[in-house]
Amino acid sequence: MARFGMVIDTARCVGCMDCVVACQTENDVPTGFCRDWITTEVRGTFPTLTMEIRSERCNHCDNPPCVQCCPTGASHVEPFGKTVQVTANRCIGCKACIASCPYDARFVHPKGYVDKCTFCLHRTKEGKDPACVSVCPTHCMYFGDLDDPQSTVSQLLTARKWHTLLPEAGTRPRVFYLT
Amino acid sequence: MLELTTTRHNPLIDPTLHVWGWEIPVYLFLGGMVAGMMVFAGLAMLKTAKGEDTRNFFSLQTPLLAFVLLNLGMLALLLDLAHPLYVWAIYITFMPASPMAWGSWVLLIVYAILLVSALIRLPEAWPWIGRTLPVTRKASDWFVTSPARLRALAWINIVFGIAVGVYTGILLNTMVARPLWNTSVLPVLFLVSGLSAAAAALHLAARVFGKRPAPQGMISGAIAALGQPLGPQPPAPHTAESLQRADIGLLAVELVLIFLLLIGLVTSSTSHGAAASLLFSGKYAVMFWVGVVAVGIVIPLVMQLLEMSHRLRHTIVPAVLVLAGGFALRWVLVNAGQASAIVSAATGQ
Repeated sequence: MARFGMVIDTARCVGCMDCVVACQTENDVPTGFCRDWITTEVRGTFPTLTMEIRSERCNHCDNPPCVQCCPTGASHVEPFGKTVQVTANRCIGCKACIASCPYDARFVHPKGYVDKCTFCLHRTKEGKDPACVSVCPTHCMYFGDLDDPQSTVSQLLTARKWHTLLPEAGTRPRVFYLT
Repeated sequence: MLELTTTRHNPLIDPTLHVWGWEIPVYLFLGGMVAGMMVFAGLAMLKTAKGEDTRNFFSLQTPLLAFVLLNLGMLALLLDLAHPLYVWAIYITFMPASPMAWGSWVLLIVYAILLVSALIRLPEAWPWIGRTLPVTRKASDWFVTSPARLRALAWINIVFGIAVGVYTGILLNTMVARPLWNTSVLPVLFLVSGLSAAAAALHLAARVFGKRPAPQGMISGAIAALGQPLGPQPPAPHTAESLQRADIGLLAVELVLIFLLLIGLVTSSTSHGAAASLLFSGKYAVMFWVGVVAVGIVIPLVMQLLEMSHRLRHTIVPAVLVLAGGFALRWVLVNAGQASAIVSAATGQ
């Protein structure tokens, strides 16, 4: 069974926010909320500056604290693709998962359940890429099976240097940023 | 220099994105106090089972007040849920890795324990019901006259009281993303603070309501039953004193635990150090040092020591301060804890 992951090439990302808009449209994300977002990190002192632009979202961690702390099992690891999902009609909105997430990837949907990036489960089940990946104009985002050594994501992770967000949290995130 | 810009939602500018508001501190405070009352009620039951006059310590009526407070606390917990009508979803499954699942089941058991403990003292606490429904008095006597049954109930109260007190801390303690909570001192601190708040609440009730025998009427009797957790008769003078002595010890332990909590955070990783700095400066610092440490612990501790050595008149002031401090402790830790985050080793931000 596949173990989905995402690889994002920060050298090619221009921070156009197309991924953010595509996600909000595809997933009908309520106004004022977002399942993915852009972070721009600038380091150094002028004129020697470096910049990294990242498209961030739920990391679908291998060791997800949000799934462990959920009292109802609404937050769970989906067998298909091993992604972290929330069953809306099991969620009571206790917000323990929000407090436990080091990436602040979750929010309370106005309808009364916790919502976040699903890696577009409805699309990946049909063999398509998530909406954000499919619209990226610079083709800097890749999606695929991390357990398959022949997949594009696996190949990129062996060929290029990469980092993940807050690896020290011990969550083993599955969104990788190429540098 | 490092500059981070993000397009994401931010709870500081968008109030709809808060995680835990006033409900959780209220629940943690009431839950901790209920836990403490269960321990004290258990100790009183053990004394009664031994045949000692409980009025020397305090009566078994404490569970009545604890039961009412537990209901208020659980109401706060329910109000916190984004979808309260789905609360049953906790009880159709059991997630062993989730502290909140354990807590929810323990709360259900505690609800039953307190209901039984409260009902067996109801005829004595509320004489009207004892007269109207003699069967309640018979049921109560059946329990209270048997030392074995009473001892069993006492230990159940003590064990589950400690479980609830510790649980309120574990709930926060297990969140990897919030370094301020991520310390194993927290459950013990919450247990001790709960015991101290319970002692203060009982002491307060003894001072305010314990001056005359309980009213016998239907409605006045019912109200008095809740307000007089130390029994229908005015409590013996050393009842209040033993509670005060207990509170002095508990406050001193609490002070040590807070000291240990700060030492542990400051000397730990960058993330924990940053979390500790939330308590040393910024908007939570005043509430922490003035509300929790000074008003909630040091001042009532000194006042009660002076009262015990008869250098200060006995008043209800220290008990009120301890209760305010107990709530302030939960408020500061819940709010500052949510503001604390893991500091990235790569960016230092």
